[in-house]
Amino acid sequence: MSSTVLATPPAPAGAPLTKKILTADHPTWCPGCGDFAVLASFYRVLEKLQYPHEKIVTFAGIGCSSRFPYFVNTHGGHYIHGRALPFAAGISLGNEDLHVFVFGGDGDGFSIGGNHLVHTARKNVNLTYVIMDNSVYGLTKKQTSPTSPIGFKTKTDPTGAIDQPINPMRTLLNTGATFVARSHATQVNHMTEMMLRAAKHPGFSVVEILSECVEFYAGAFDSSIPRKGGTWSLIAEKKNDGTPEDADRHDVTDEVAAFKLAGQAWPGSFGVFYENNVRKTKNVLEAELVTKARERTKNATDLQLLQATFAKMR
Amino acid sequence: MVSPNTPESTSGAVPSSSAPRAIHDVVIRLAGNSQDGIQSVGGFLARLAGRSDQDVMTYMTIPSTISGGPSIFQVRMGTGDILSSGDRADMLVAFYQHSYDAHIGSLRPGGVLLYDSDHVTPVEGDNRFTQVAVPITSGTVEAVGGAGKDKGKNIYILGLIARVFDLDVQKLAALIKERFGGKNEDIVRNAMLAFDGGYAWPQNNLRDLFYRFEAIDLATRASGRPQVTMDGNQALAYGLLAAGVRHGAGYPITPWSSIMETLRTELPKYGGLFVQCEDEIAAISTAIGFSYTGHLAITGSAGPGLSLKMEALGWATMAEMPLIVVNVQRGGPSTGMPTNVEQSDLMQAIYGSHGDTPRVVLSPKNVEDCFYIAIEACRIARTYSTPVIILSDMALASRIEAFDEPDFPKLMVDPKADLSDRGADFKPYPLDAITRHAPAGSKIASGKYPTVTGLEHDELGHPTGSSKLHTQMTAKRREKIKKLGASLPSPELNGDSAGEVLLVTWGSTWGPGLEALKRINTAGVKAGHLHLRHIHPLPNGLEEIFKRYHKIVVAEINDEGLYGYGQLAMMLRARYANPAIVSVAKTDGLTFKVSEIVAGVAKHIESADLDASLGVSRQSALAKN
Repeated sequence: MSSTVLATPPAPAGAPLTKKILTADHPTWCPGCGDFAVLASFYRVLEKLQYPHEKIVTFAGIGCSSRFPYFVNTHGGHYIHGRALPFAAGISLGNEDLHVFVFGGDGDGFSIGGNHLVHTARKNVNLTYVIMDNSVYGLTKKQTSPTSPIGFKTKTDPTGAIDQPINPMRTLLNTGATFVARSHATQVNHMTEMMLRAAKHPGFSVVEILSECVEFYAGAFDSSIPRKGGTWSLIAEKKNDGTPEDADRHDVTDEVAAFKLAGQAWPGSFGVFYENNVRKTKNVLEAELVTKARERTKNATDLQLLQATFAKMR
Repeated sequence: MVSPNTPESTSGAVPSSSAPRAIHDVVIRLAGNSQDGIQSVGGFLARLAGRSDQDVMTYMTIPSTISGGPSIFQVRMGTGDILSSGDRADMLVAFYQHSYDAHIGSLRPGGVLLYDSDHVTPVEGDNRFTQVAVPITSGTVEAVGGAGKDKGKNIYILGLIARVFDLDVQKLAALIKERFGGKNEDIVRNAMLAFDGGYAWPQNNLRDLFYRFEAIDLATRASGRPQVTMDGNQALAYGLLAAGVRHGAGYPITPWSSIMETLRTELPKYGGLFVQCEDEIAAISTAIGFSYTGHLAITGSAGPGLSLKMEALGWATMAEMPLIVVNVQRGGPSTGMPTNVEQSDLMQAIYGSHGDTPRVVLSPKNVEDCFYIAIEACRIARTYSTPVIILSDMALASRIEAFDEPDFPKLMVDPKADLSDRGADFKPYPLDAITRHAPAGSKIASGKYPTVTGLEHDELGHPTGSSKLHTQMTAKRREKIKKLGASLPSPELNGDSAGEVLLVTWGSTWGPGLEALKRINTAGVKAGHLHLRHIHPLPNGLEEIFKRYHKIVVAEINDEGLYGYGQLAMMLRARYANPAIVSVAKTDGLTFKVSEIVAGVAKHIESADLDASLGVSRQSALAKN
């Protein structure tokens, strides 16, 4: 099955991963799409992390943003609509050495895949999920999305959306995700930092990135872009330095404080809302089950185990 | 079983004198409530048969209600091949009036009715049967003593049956101790008291209802390995373990759940894991995720769950991912008859999902085959990088059979994922070869990493809108499955190799089909029986086999549909364009009785001999049609 004779010599071990190496197909996104900036940030994240090339997995569901894996030269895949998370959970639990990144949009994450988001998060499967939220269905050319604001006119709501949209941050906090952050596609440094911290977090980490669809929802996020007259409100994280101003800073381990931030009026704040490094990952819990079971069976071989089981059924 | 000829044996203390009569096999139906533990009596009998080198088959119904309700357990045990659970019972044990009312019709004329005289009043003077009043409830209370409860009625009856059929008491006592030994000693003691009470009862109360199984010809048991007894779901789960499957994901649904329960419990011992997911779609997705890391994984469900998995299954076909999908079929559509058997998901298995999705469908013929079909499914999934569906059913899932312990050292498959380095020329989807994925984690010498995808793609996995590539890739996915078909051995053919009729079966209809063949042959009709384990793709050579018979009768448990053919019959007609292919189909939620298949065959062929053996005239058989 494996090929032992290599046609060309492999890249020297330890050659650093660069954007050049990581670049694959040219993105199919429209010029000006916010997703280009997310992709650029992700290259920077991988350049900083320097994981072994073959151990990185870039995975996605369906949507404009979900084309992501074709543009990143790593192992990866493009799955069906909304179901990327349970697939990625299989990848993460199937090989502990892998670094799994899942990309998707607001439809993939909050609508068709909403159930999977909740359960992959609560199980704390070790992977990083980046939701590129443009508040519209772009690939299918402008239908209402679960994050479209009331009044937004689409082909399915020609007189304006009437349904209450999802509050992404409140939803994410509710899932039990152990790392929840929010960023903006116009803030490359901030995005890079958020994704980097998410990648390093042990467990289920999720970053919501407001990423404008210039074609079907231009100007959606202007209210948080300073050069367009908006307000860029960064979360000041508690430094525990004993200074009086530290008391007002946000404690990322405080779930209630995180929910308060999530309840802020639009456009809200950006940064890390919540981080829990105490809860064990599903990966660890499953490994513990294996360890205990192996101790009980005194490390019997597979053959011995099956033979012993069948002997009991005589 | 030899008919007992004494019509009355309930009177007082009549010492038994007659020697036990030799019988080939017996069908005992226990009818009570599910909380009475009649399943465990059946289990004891089945395991005893296994340990005695006898053949055994069981059949049970479990109410789909949550707590209790009427329930039966039927066990057929005997010497030599036992192919079906028996059309009618030789002995019926009725614990309650409702048990008697509902099941007296299943007792064959001349059979023995044992009824609990504390609860049941049978129809007076019904001399079709030998009616035996047994004080099951009060006898149990008396035997166990003091507790004032009738818990243990099941073991009391087990003791009684042991005496009547001259069963090995030592082995049964050992089984009881193994079963209850983990609990406190009182439970074992009470169980043995109930057993002894039941065992003692016939001595003074039955005149000549004593039997003994014919001696077993040990030469026919050549494997040299002891027999094991288990149900089909267990056999399937352990087959997967032997085949090196260490990863899986599922969602609970009857009758699939016990497979996932077994795997969830067993896999950690083997260093693996089974994930209970939030829904059916997540389950298949997680399983494909495991396969993507190089670990062939299993997911499963019943028909409704398979419907939910179909989109993902389409992806697995497009992305050419190896995967095992088990469907333990039940009565459908929708929630249907969730605790009954049906073979109505065949078309779904072959053609479900969207687009052109050639995939592999296998079906086990009995409990033992559940073990081996799992191994075959894994071999195919790995060799051809394809999803494989195993179509089991409720009957196989829940019935217990005895079979020779597998030759494990010869069967074990190494579960290790192949993460070896791939050469610079690596392509995930080569047009001229079967796909061999490089699992995530494996190095690619070219430094160009592959994408697995549901979009139509080129050889490297990049999306394409090329109509030429879509045609080529569709052919690639089709041809590998055809290649598998060409490699399959001719299916099992029994009876005459040419003649009047060929009976064709698939899945759990194998046993009744083979038994029906024997009856048809005995009636003087030249007939054969062909059984299909590989259903899609079909093995080669069927066309030639079919040509040798005047009629090909396909027996299956599903509806005859709008055009008068069951699902396999429909497919075989479409495939071979042979008008001799006809159908015997039914939808009563029960496994085929042998007599139903024989009658079905008789309807399709002109045979005075067969009609005579069935005791019906051609006229009446046609009238029923």
